[in-house]
Amino acid sequence: MTFDDLSSARPDLAFIAHWVGKDAHVLDVGCGDGVMMDYLQSDKRCSGYGIEIADDKVLESTKRGVQVIQHDMENGLSLFGDNSFDTVLCLSSLQMMKHVEPLLRDIVRVGKEAIVSFPNFAYWPHRVALLKGRMPVSESLPYEWYDTPNVRCATISDFRELAEEVGLEVMECVALAEGKIVTVLPNLRGELAVFRLRKKAAH
Amino acid sequence: MHFAEPLQLQSGAQLRDYMLMYETYGTLNADKSNAVLVCHALNASHHVAGVYADQPKNVGWWDNMVGPGKPLDTDRFFVIGVNNLGSCFGSTGPMHNNPATGKPYGAAFPVVTVEDWVAAQARLADQLGIAQFAAVMGGSLGGMQALAWSIMYPDRLRHCVVIASTPKLSAQNIAFNDVARTAILTDPDYHGGDFYEHGVVPRNGLKVARMIGHITYLSDDDMAEKFGRKLRGVEDYKFGFGVDFEIESYLRYQGDKFSEYFDANTYLLITKALDYFDPARRHGGDLAKTLAATKAKFFLASFTTDWRFSPERSREIVQALISNRREVTYAEIDAPHGHDAFLLEDERYMNMVRAYYERVWKEQA
Repeated sequence: MTFDDLSSARPDLAFIAHWVGKDAHVLDVGCGDGVMMDYLQSDKRCSGYGIEIADDKVLESTKRGVQVIQHDMENGLSLFGDNSFDTVLCLSSLQMMKHVEPLLRDIVRVGKEAIVSFPNFAYWPHRVALLKGRMPVSESLPYEWYDTPNVRCATISDFRELAEEVGLEVMECVALAEGKIVTVLPNLRGELAVFRLRKKAAH
Repeated sequence: MHFAEPLQLQSGAQLRDYMLMYETYGTLNADKSNAVLVCHALNASHHVAGVYADQPKNVGWWDNMVGPGKPLDTDRFFVIGVNNLGSCFGSTGPMHNNPATGKPYGAAFPVVTVEDWVAAQARLADQLGIAQFAAVMGGSLGGMQALAWSIMYPDRLRHCVVIASTPKLSAQNIAFNDVARTAILTDPDYHGGDFYEHGVVPRNGLKVARMIGHITYLSDDDMAEKFGRKLRGVEDYKFGFGVDFEIESYLRYQGDKFSEYFDANTYLLITKALDYFDPARRHGGDLAKTLAATKAKFFLASFTTDWRFSPERSREIVQALISNRREVTYAEIDAPHGHDAFLLEDERYMNMVRAYYERVWKEQA
């Protein structure tokens, strides 16, 4: 898979891929159909694994040639050793987890660096919906309140606080809208929050 | 195929010469790179797929998996099924004559291990001119053989496919095997293993052994659904010790059928091979260290309701492979049929195996 293929299929992933080094050993937590690992393996010579729970996505990933481990992320990452990956990706998955904090701590444990993305609940159309007295339904949050898999709603400011609490240093934080960086009022105008994180240096 | 060179066994004993029965499907390509070895479990044989012309009902034990257009596609791969030493389907076993005595081996047949089987299979591969398998594959005890291949002959397989297996049996597993063996050993018709001379078969022992085993291959839910507390052909209890329930009838039937074709000494040998398998033992129980020797890429699958070889056991293998940075794909199939699921048709399972062999095929093209 080429960068152009990835850009047209998933512009958000294409942006994030810049943060993953060549030849990196990568863990993609919630790898879905495996498109990101597929790209990283073929274009950046990365190695590593995807984790996924859904049967159909495990199959999709396998068809793409991704090394996928069928596993429920709610049960943590005990299959993986400390600092065993250069980069751990957790892209548009964290908001579906019941146990966000333990998973984030595990991500910190197994990876030297982490990239986490999630739909920014403070995106302005969501705020407008709430002002109108309704739960937001949009392209990035396409579900009704009663059927959404997104059980955790967070804003860019909220996540920054949790990241620091679990011992992460925010290296970069950007808000994306349609795959492009939003620099002005990111917590208002950003649809997808993307954090690049690493362990805080020990004092 | 006959092998005249003695085989040194793990126990220290030797087999002076021996025969291996094998069957092949598909065509070996010119550079002999498309061979897949399929290893069998406890009660199966070299007859993996298809039927024999004169026995249209004798369908291979993994016929839903192996064949033209099947997940392991014999239009692409050259598949080999081999009957293991000590078994009772044609390869040298306890019912054959011991060249040292001219009488059947009986209980004197040396105890063979998974590693011994693999060593014998490797000699068969040598004879067939196969230096490296595209894949070695097996379920349950067959998965143990595939795993042993990856450790013993890391350069002789590109892929290792391990289904519903384990790096070692648990105490509970060994306990079930020992009950089965005790049933055979204490049957008066066993005659210390030399029942062939007496013209009898320890049928009752074999039957009980099979009944115990069969229970552990099914899940509680599966049994409840298939049999429940349904009574067998009667309206009410018979207030005796005969067959009241469907499950009793089913297990006894399975036990009887099994005792007609399976050899009691083979049952003892194969359950011991299961019990002894523990490749990490040589490395102080460190499976990660043991699997550091491997070079193959791995596919593993387990089934959520399999309590004989549970998903936890497969995950131990996956974890050890990951710590060695081996390429590994792992599917945990939510199927209701317990350990038996690995032999049954399940779309998700079959699709995963198919997708994996697609990858094996693409790599070699």
